[in-house]
Amino acid sequence: MQITVNGEANELHEAEVNLLKLLEIRRVESPEMIAVQLNGEFVDMERYPFTFLKSGDDIEFLYFMGGGSR
Amino acid sequence: MLKITRNIVDEMIRHGRAAAPLEACGYLAEKDGVVCKCIAMKNIDASPVHYSMDPAQQFAAIRSCRAEGLTIRAVYHSHPETGAYPSAEDIKLAFDPAVSYVIVSLAESTPCINSFTIRDHAVFSEKIEIIGSTANARCGGVLRP
Repeated sequence: MQITVNGEANELHEAEVNLLKLLEIRRVESPEMIAVQLNGEFVDMERYPFTFLKSGDDIEFLYFMGGGSR
Repeated sequence: MLKITRNIVDEMIRHGRAAAPLEACGYLAEKDGVVCKCIAMKNIDASPVHYSMDPAQQFAAIRSCRAEGLTIRAVYHSHPETGAYPSAEDIKLAFDPAVSYVIVSLAESTPCINSFTIRDHAVFSEKIEIIGSTANARCGGVLRP
């Protein structure tokens, strides 16, 4: 299936891929520290295992950014 | 090595000073290996000692950069009262291995800017090359808190 991940076209050969699996494929080591949008909509982390991708999907993910001087 | 234009350095300092005493934060985007855009982001913590970006604004900024042919190169934030070195909190929350972390210290009258890469909680100093001189900041002198 053909999907777009962070603006780049990707071909997935697996028949069924959920968001959690996609993050594994993309070697995201801290999935709890990222935000995901599927076709422009936020997906809660609890929904990753139940959110299966389909051809044409547009997935964006990024790391939460934070810090502090103390 | 982080290559950055003088006007971007000045823009980060202006942003930090305008936000003080709260911390300021933003993205630095590059083209052809040189940071050429400063994207000021909202600090949703509105705190003098902490910052968090708004994920919705992060997505918008990244899409906007992509549309302009730019790549996110670094994240910056200000330390209004402390040195330009990552705090324990900065290190703990540095999850993105693909970016550099730039800190703008406003603790002294002359701002100090340093850049770091942070991998698995290990901090590595990164040289900064300013394209076009600037008299408004010093870089590379790592100040420990």
